[in-house]
Amino acid sequence: MDLFLDGIRTTVSLTLYGWLGAFAIGLVIASFRVSPVPPLRWAGATYVELVRNCPLTVLFFLFWFGLPNAGVQFPRFPSAVIVLALYTGAFVAEAIRSGINTVATGQAEAARSLGLTFGQVLGQVVLPQALRSVVAPLGNVFIALIKNSSIAYTISIVELTGQAQTLAIRSAAAIPVFTGAAIAYLILTLPSGFAIGWLERRVAIKR
Amino acid sequence: MKRNRSWWLVTLLTLLALVAAGCGDDDDGDVATEDTTEETTEDTTDDAEEDDAEGDDMASGDGAALIEESETLSAIVEAGSITIGTKFDQPLFGQVDPTAGGEPVGFDVEIAKLIVDKLSEASGEDISIEFVETPSAIRETAITDGTVEMVAATYTINDARKELIAFAGPYYVAGQDIMVAADDDSITGVEDLAGKTVCSVQGSTSIENLREMAPEAELVEYDVYSKCADDLANGRVDAVSTDNVILVGLIDAEGDSFKLVDNPFTEEPYGIGVPLEDQAMRDFVNDALEEIFESGEWAEAYEATVGTVAESTPEPPEVDRY
Repeated sequence: MDLFLDGIRTTVSLTLYGWLGAFAIGLVIASFRVSPVPPLRWAGATYVELVRNCPLTVLFFLFWFGLPNAGVQFPRFPSAVIVLALYTGAFVAEAIRSGINTVATGQAEAARSLGLTFGQVLGQVVLPQALRSVVAPLGNVFIALIKNSSIAYTISIVELTGQAQTLAIRSAAAIPVFTGAAIAYLILTLPSGFAIGWLERRVAIKR
Repeated sequence: MKRNRSWWLVTLLTLLALVAAGCGDDDDGDVATEDTTEETTEDTTDDAEEDDAEGDDMASGDGAALIEESETLSAIVEAGSITIGTKFDQPLFGQVDPTAGGEPVGFDVEIAKLIVDKLSEASGEDISIEFVETPSAIRETAITDGTVEMVAATYTINDARKELIAFAGPYYVAGQDIMVAADDDSITGVEDLAGKTVCSVQGSTSIENLREMAPEAELVEYDVYSKCADDLANGRVDAVSTDNVILVGLIDAEGDSFKLVDNPFTEEPYGIGVPLEDQAMRDFVNDALEEIFESGEWAEAYEATVGTVAESTPEPPEVDRY
């Protein structure tokens, strides 16, 4: 049971740190993708297509075992957070970009004509509206992140799934143990779902 | 665009690393149960004394009598050839060169050849050897159905197997050991693992042993040993611990960057498998093993194979005539 709680704690911190990183990356990449500078747009698109289309397990492997060959090495836990953030960031970027596309172009044009810079247009006019409209898709991405954190076990971060595996081997009772793990994931994801629903209603723009 | 390029670089390098690390992990499930080990040591003492009483001059005269008595051995001598099962994929014990092919080489193979030499000597016939591959799962079957007359294949003596076949030996006692970076002198045994990061495989007996015998160590677990080796090479773990047989294989594959601590903390006796009912053949093989222990041929075989990676040559074990 202690092991289980330990695992849950690790899963939660992976998720929270990962989300902070992913959100930051997502904002930057989404801005790149709608920016007026073509190389930035290409960079944003390349990033999204490369990362989003690569299985997370493979990214973990490349980051942990591959990067040291190029002379770059991070400690274990930060590595897992970085990979989760990089991967989830691509999905966050796409969700935010779809939100940006819902904001009528007339608004950006109006803001431009008032003399606002691109950064100001994006940060003060477009993004606040865009983010409100994509709470639900971002919520999906967040819940996926909770579950994706289990892949950190492949680089020996013993989170919830990892602890379940150890317990299953030790007790030779895999089914009860993994049922317990499934319930633990539900305990994490269901309240997240409710919180997202509440937030969505809270920030929705009533038109 | 720049990001794009660096990803390709990483991918390419990783592929290279994969190819380089790919061939080394044969996770042989040979795990001795503890009760077997204890039993082995108890029995050995009595029998060793008996042997002394019989006399040291175990000459070919006795051997010839045993050959006559043994159904299997007489058939081998008559045919002038013996079929021996060994591993084809266990570095330093029994391995066929994965690229060049050919005959298997290693410690098991050398021991088998030495035993057959004794058989040739005792019978006066020149006996040729054919090696066939016997992976862990089929070793008992290969002996009981007569596909092979003898098995030398990192074959741990245990009670369950004694029901099906008979063991001569042990001729080697394997055990869980520790592998560290070549320049690391801070770890000389399991007790030094406290506070260190140690890698092994998920769900293995090795990792459970570590939890018990090195509770202060921080454990890292992967699905295969090659990942442990990668982490050790990158300095992300201080040590890798599992059966020394697997470790010497990893060291053999990796070259100079790793070394074996060579201080095993569990015991797994390897024996020669022979047909269950053939007591005379078992006696003959046991006699042959004792002879090669005495003559130094055993040590020579060890030094030429496992000894190229492990630093010290151990004393040969005592044969267990259970």
